[in-house]
Amino acid sequence: MSENTLTIDGKPVHFEDGDTIMEAAIRAGIYIPHLCHDPELKPQGNCKMCEVKVNGRNCSACTFPAAEGQKVLNNIKELNENRRIIVQMLFVEGNHLCPGCEKSGNCKLQAIAYSVGMMEYRFPLIYPKREMDTSHPDILLDRNRCIFCEMCVRAGREVDGKEVFAISGRGIGNHLIVNSPSGLLKDSLLEVTDKAANVCPVGAIIIKRHGFEVPIGQRIYDKKQIAEVSVATEKVLEEKVHG
Amino acid sequence: MTWSESKQEKVLAIVSKHEIRQTRLLQILREVQDEFHCVPKNALEIVAAELGLARTKVEGVVQFYSLLSLEQQGRFHILFSDSITDQFQGSRGLMDYLSAKLGVKPGQTRGDGKVSLGFTSCTGLCDQGPAGLVNGHWLSRLNESRIDRIVDLVEREVPVSSWPLEFFHVEDNIQSPGLLLQSPIDQGEALKQLVREGFEEIFMEINRSGLRGRGGAGFETAWKWRFCAEGPEDYSGSSLADKNERFVVCNADEGEPGTFKDRILLNSYAHQVFEGMTVCAGIVGAKQGFLYLRGEYLRLRPQLEAILANRRAKNFLGKSILGRNGFDFDIEIHMGAGAYVCGEESALIESLEGKRGVPRVRPPYPIDRGYLDQPTVVNNVETFAAVAAIAAYGGAWFATQGTDKSKGSKIISISGDCERPGIYEYDFGISIAEILMDCGAENTLAVQVGGPSGGIISGKEYHRKLAFEDLGTGGSFMIFNKKRDVLEIVRNFTHFFAHESCGFCTPCRVGTTLLKNEVDKICDGHATSLDLVGLSSLAKFIKTASHCGLGQSAANPVLGSLSHFPQAYKDRFKDVVFEPGFDLDESLETARRMSARDDPWAHLEQ
Ligand SMILES: Cc1cc2nc3c(=O)[nH]c(=O)nc-3n(C[C@H](O)[C@H](O)[C@H](O)COP(=O)(O)O)c2cc1C
Ligand code: SF4
Ligand code: SF4
Ligand code: FES
Ligand code: FES
Repeated sequence: MSENTLTIDGKPVHFEDGDTIMEAAIRAGIYIPHLCHDPELKPQGNCKMCEVKVNGRNCSACTFPAAEGQKVLNNIKELNENRRIIVQMLFVEGNHLCPGCEKSGNCKLQAIAYSVGMMEYRFPLIYPKREMDTSHPDILLDRNRCIFCEMCVRAGREVDGKEVFAISGRGIGNHLIVNSPSGLLKDSLLEVTDKAANVCPVGAIIIKRHGFEVPIGQRIYDKKQIAEVSVATEKVLEEKVHG
Repeated sequence: MTWSESKQEKVLAIVSKHEIRQTRLLQILREVQDEFHCVPKNALEIVAAELGLARTKVEGVVQFYSLLSLEQQGRFHILFSDSITDQFQGSRGLMDYLSAKLGVKPGQTRGDGKVSLGFTSCTGLCDQGPAGLVNGHWLSRLNESRIDRIVDLVEREVPVSSWPLEFFHVEDNIQSPGLLLQSPIDQGEALKQLVREGFEEIFMEINRSGLRGRGGAGFETAWKWRFCAEGPEDYSGSSLADKNERFVVCNADEGEPGTFKDRILLNSYAHQVFEGMTVCAGIVGAKQGFLYLRGEYLRLRPQLEAILANRRAKNFLGKSILGRNGFDFDIEIHMGAGAYVCGEESALIESLEGKRGVPRVRPPYPIDRGYLDQPTVVNNVETFAAVAAIAAYGGAWFATQGTDKSKGSKIISISGDCERPGIYEYDFGISIAEILMDCGAENTLAVQVGGPSGGIISGKEYHRKLAFEDLGTGGSFMIFNKKRDVLEIVRNFTHFFAHESCGFCTPCRVGTTLLKNEVDKICDGHATSLDLVGLSSLAKFIKTASHCGLGQSAANPVLGSLSHFPQAYKDRFKDVVFEPGFDLDESLETARRMSARDDPWAHLEQ
């Protein structure tokens, strides 16, 4: 085997120096499920959806450095069952009423739930009381659906160069706050073209006045598995960002 | 609303006292909280503007730490420890008593703004509880008559500084000193040895001693220091390694309920702890050190500052320590503000930088990239105390005690059901049975070794030994007798983790709350045997999938009790297969009101 090679589920994968396992996988067109990773953002490792086994040890693929000869297991029963538990946890933690949600069909949480065969909540619903922010002319923030992936937080800081979102609170009391004197989105620097306004994997940040342009049933993940979509779009982005 | 100029001045003065440094954010907010009994919105904005931080960053920090609050708290803010040992000593009942007398509920501030009440995870006084804090100062040995006097002082608005000293009296309570506690070093003894023998030689002594970290994980201290000294990568001795600044941090967060041995070391052996830090600084080449002192240990701060000043005066700190050129080192005290997770070394470093205490992704480890991304050694208080003794007396003095894999002694803090709670120091290898005998424990049902994150053991295992290779502990040793209910213990610990989870990762953030709800359901008698299956698979998942040690140990109380005390669970089960997690009858309440019915047919029995 040549230098800079690891294997994922037995398949040899080349990696660049400094790559994480996720970056190597994306480049090689292999899908490791993820909710808080985006090639354009600094990896943070909070959702734990991308947990893989590296030489027998559980690691987050999006933050763990790739190294020569690693044997990575990804698409195996045990890990996919863990992934199902994570989506179930995220579903009961927030208030997700998919049939009435504009993100339905384009939502990564929902798509992963389908792909790992989630058929029930499994855990009792927590029913948190969370606030909605409808103040912005173009953008809606519905905290009921937030999964704390911090993609909007990082996108603002790292790509848009603005401080808009942040996580406040602790533990199950975590909540998303907005950087403006009133705490409302309308008084923040957020614009509809910002990455922060478009990066949310779920229906917590929604662009207004585009609702139901594409009918439910014909949306992204209604037609294709998330693995396929992810590989197709993120490989391009990964190569653009990290070469 | 405009804010009075004098208030603005106060906030500005606090910020400038801290040299307008972002790393001091948490320290600044603590002082603001002290001044206003909350962090007022206006103050938050001034602090953010002065430090050049987004207001959201400041708010995120306030909302992370339990001892800070956006809501107005009382001029007297009284917290009771909610540790299980305090609960078993009647703390909840005392809180009810206090709450009734003052006319305010826990978690609330009285209308006149005079007083607010609440609970806190642990105050580090489990051997002299029930304990609490008033405006951040320890209250020990609470009882009804003491509470009567407290109520009187509060109502007359007597400032805490004028309260009877006996209320704050905290004893070291050393019941059985051993290797370290029996032979404290003379001030400066270790440093003189260091300067005389040379850094390399003393490092070899530490290596020879076999010392392993006393904070819990038991990593070899000499190795940690070597990695830090060598720098982020193997530059093979090239000058690149020298470009990095290095830091030495003493972890005095001591947040594990039932652990209070660092309190004693800092109260009576602080010279030795600081000396150990200075030895470390000499060896790894650090110029700056920090003592990260848990917020609940505020009372120790003035005396610790005085000891630091004394050491500076003697040139045990400062420039060219003991005349050795280039040996410069000083120590700063940073206060925590009520967050157990900040004991985790990378979360502690985030907190030192003035941020939310969220554990970092590892690798890189602190020895490569720690404080301000520079190589940093983090060691426990007791580790540093041992280091100083080893530097003074030699590695062999230490290594001949203990077991092969666990050299030396361990200081443990004993609380719970025994005659003589307090501090005990043993050579590693002592059996649990011997310890129980020493402290006068009878009729023992279970021992919790290592606090909530450790493990519960039952009678069959009292022959087991205290050692890294058998039962490891950071120092917590809680004893429960046969009158205690195991599930109440599990419930307390499970609530603790849910309260202390930082919330960064899904398994721990959501999982700890689900565990808590499930254990509540069992304790309240609403569970069936079916719940058990789900409980143990949930627990195992949280253990393997969480980001840091907090999540990875949060399910230990459930898993440990399931395997050691399965009967405790079965006794609580209902005889049906399924039981809903909610009260069926209560759910009908709204419908009853709407239909104006309350006849028997409008009710459901569960
Ligand atoms: C949730 C959590 C809390 C911790 N709390 C403490 C603590 O209060 N004191 C401590 O010394 N170590 C604590 N640790 C362990 C530290 O991360 C670290 O291993 C230790 O400070 C290293 O010092 P040592 O090698 O001298 O033991 C904690 C770890 C975790 C995961
Ligand atoms: S955000 Fe996704 S999972 Fe949540 S309600 Fe909307 S579609 Fe469903
Ligand atoms: S709003 Fe969306 S992008 Fe932002 S943290 Fe919540 S789920 Fe993630
Ligand atoms: S994608 Fe790796 S933890 Fe979220
Ligand atoms: S929230 Fe701290 S371990 Fe996950």
